[in-house]
Amino acid sequence: MASVGEPVLEVRDLVKHFPLNQGILFKKQIGAIKAVDGVSFDLHKGETLGIVGESGCGKSTLAKVLMALERPTSGSVKIGGRDIAKARGGELKTMRRNIQMVMQDPYTSLNPRMTVGDIIGEPYEIHTEVAPKGDRRKKVQELLDVVGLNPDHINRYPHQFSGGQRQRIGIARGLALQPEIIVCDEPVSALDVSIQAQVINLLERLQDEFGLAYIFIAHDLSVVRHISDRVGVMYLGKFVELGKDAEIYERPAHPYTQALLSAVPVPDPEGRERRERIILQGDPPSPANPPSGCRFRTRCWKAQEICAQEEPLLQIRPGTAHLSACHFAETHDVVHAG
Amino acid sequence: MKKTSADVLPAEGGLGDAPLLAVDNLHVEFHTRAGVVRAVNGVSYTVGPGETLAVLGESGSGKSVTAQAIMGILDMPPAVIPQGEIRFKGTDLLKLSEHDRTQVRGQRIAMIFQDALSALNPVFTVGWQISEMFRVHRGMSKSDAMKKAVELMDRVRIPAAKQRVHDYPHQFSGGMRQRIMIAMSIALDPEVLIADEPTTALDVTVQAQIMELLAELQRESQMGLILITHDLGVVADVADKIAVMYGGRIVENAPVYDIYRAPAHPYTKGLLDSIPRVDQKGHELYAIKGLPPNLLDLPTGCAFHPRCPFRQENCVTDAPPLYEISGTRGSACHYWREVLDGERR
Ligand SMILES: Nc1ncnc2c1ncn2[C@@H]1O[C@H](COP(=O)(O)OP(=O)(O)OP(=O)(O)O)[C@@H](O)[C@H]1O
Ligand SMILES: Nc1ncnc2c1ncn2[C@@H]1O[C@H](COP(=O)(O)OP(=O)(O)OP(=O)(O)O)[C@@H](O)[C@H]1O
Ligand code: SF4
Ligand code: SF4
Ligand SMILES: [Mg+2]
Ligand SMILES: [Mg+2]
Repeated sequence: MASVGEPVLEVRDLVKHFPLNQGILFKKQIGAIKAVDGVSFDLHKGETLGIVGESGCGKSTLAKVLMALERPTSGSVKIGGRDIAKARGGELKTMRRNIQMVMQDPYTSLNPRMTVGDIIGEPYEIHTEVAPKGDRRKKVQELLDVVGLNPDHINRYPHQFSGGQRQRIGIARGLALQPEIIVCDEPVSALDVSIQAQVINLLERLQDEFGLAYIFIAHDLSVVRHISDRVGVMYLGKFVELGKDAEIYERPAHPYTQALLSAVPVPDPEGRERRERIILQGDPPSPANPPSGCRFRTRCWKAQEICAQEEPLLQIRPGTAHLSACHFAETHDVVHAG
Repeated sequence: MKKTSADVLPAEGGLGDAPLLAVDNLHVEFHTRAGVVRAVNGVSYTVGPGETLAVLGESGSGKSVTAQAIMGILDMPPAVIPQGEIRFKGTDLLKLSEHDRTQVRGQRIAMIFQDALSALNPVFTVGWQISEMFRVHRGMSKSDAMKKAVELMDRVRIPAAKQRVHDYPHQFSGGMRQRIMIAMSIALDPEVLIADEPTTALDVTVQAQIMELLAELQRESQMGLILITHDLGVVADVADKIAVMYGGRIVENAPVYDIYRAPAHPYTKGLLDSIPRVDQKGHELYAIKGLPPNLLDLPTGCAFHPRCPFRQENCVTDAPPLYEISGTRGSACHYWREVLDGERR
């Protein structure tokens, strides 16, 4: 997809630390969990940025800060060119309207006591200007139709729908305020393969129809590749590699990305004995106390002394056409090897 | 005179011609207030020593219920097993007394559960939980059992096992806890291990570690592995053969290479076509249309007919048997020839 014109979302040096406290009565801050620790990127109209990385690397925290559900420790988020931290009153409300979220778990993220109509129409309670009370029912039925659900089912409850249908309800709710940006945090992870395909196709169709921009967070790298125009790979709160999907998947330059990609099982047994597998040992270090220099060095097979001393910046490295944060970045196709 | 378990239970080791484990025409129903849920409707599969059988299928297709029947951990009632056999080295487990069943469960046939991460008890150290297996089943002393626990934690590659036996579950990451669950399941050297979605909750790097660990353990002990999963990538990586379930039945079984080369059942074909691939960027994904079947009221004829692109008139009325395609392969589709001929992608 073309990334022309002004970005709809600009993120600069975004940091989110959670205080780490000790003591029960007199809480004393003894450190911080560096969940997101300096993330920058742009997102354009109609574009999808995929975000991948191990559990706990800060993907959901990043999503929450973008949604203004968490206040950033430092750094800025601009929506449509305006800094969200500086906006007040009506302007803030409009900006919030412009960025919506689809949650991971279709089984628990919908209130079981509300009808589907109330769930999808709930955002209108706050943003009454989008749909005056008399229009709401019609609007909600239109949304049900858009996501491929029967508009007559507006009075049903979540338990009367399957997992895939519930995820459609979540998507309809995300669309209610006609945002330009939708943050999807693991939107298909809980779904069956056959239902997953239906939801991904729906997201792509809506993008074409409404020019939506997506942040698409998922641990399934095949799904991310399918839907994304660009991909950011996160490790311990930072992007270690960022670029067009073909760059990341076919010419990964960071050892962590290479390990991650080589671990993805390919659904084809042909030649499985010869496939190259980089199996990372151990767990990622604690985000409260990340290693000095390069954060990946404790698990990296290429680490040298400089890696402990100097932090590698996210920049274009010789021989590659995208950003990576490794002193010894070197492209290597692990996906098609073997 | 009461028979001892040694008389009834198959000896360890030698097998003859019988497969290690054979599920034969198994039926499981749940008698609920809303009606009879036919969760398993005539499932048959086998697994041999050192062999990996992958059980694939839609959510709700009966994969876990079949496994629970093998383990003998279904609540009966509401569950009823009206028909079928589960033979472990030739002995039908369904005919054993509860006492003899207990000798098999967890010791000869073990299981890693789908929701393993919540299966550990938060108030005991992991060392205590692993060593309990040895105290209860092998009558070991506390200190010997603890030594065995450390050994096992080493075997599932938990670093600094000696120190970490005294830690509580919450002090471990998800991947580490899953290793501890594996350690407990292999503690008594089972001959068959059933792994029910052992990596679904984990990310790819941890998943790769766990799958490699299972493969190594299998090589060491010739354990038969039944791997239940949705993940067609993992299956392609590790399985020897595959059983695909739909609506409580096996709709296709085959050696792993055959199925990926050319599926012989429309449901399998739909599954394979609907997954995005990391090494290719496709266009629109194929999506199996419609919804999973209602087990309270299964469709007539072929249970897949409301969603099937190959459907013909007789599919609505005639239930297909599992047609034999070759000695090692079967498909429950009247039109398996047509499906097999249709090149995938
Ligand atoms: N409210 C909070 N207070 C303290 N620590 C937190 C809080 N929320 C998240 N964290 C920590 O921040 C880190 C990043 O968490 P986050 O949920 O963003 O990870 P993630 O990449 O989304 O992981 P997953 O793939 O498992 O969803 C983790 O170490 C987590 O424990
Ligand atoms: N105790 C019970 N009472 C009634 N129905 C049950 C009971 N346990 C399971 N079932 C039903 O039996 C069917 C098969 O369930 P099972 O857990 O075997 O599915 P599965 O193939 O393992 O699915 P998943 O991939 O979601 O784990 C489901 O429709 C389920 O609702
Ligand atoms: S900077 Fe050094 S430690 Fe970090 S990824 Fe590159 S080689 Fe490895
Ligand atoms: S028997 Fe008929 S409905 Fe069933 S899978 Fe085959 S073609 Fe489709
Ligand atoms: Mg998350
Ligand atoms: Mg299950």
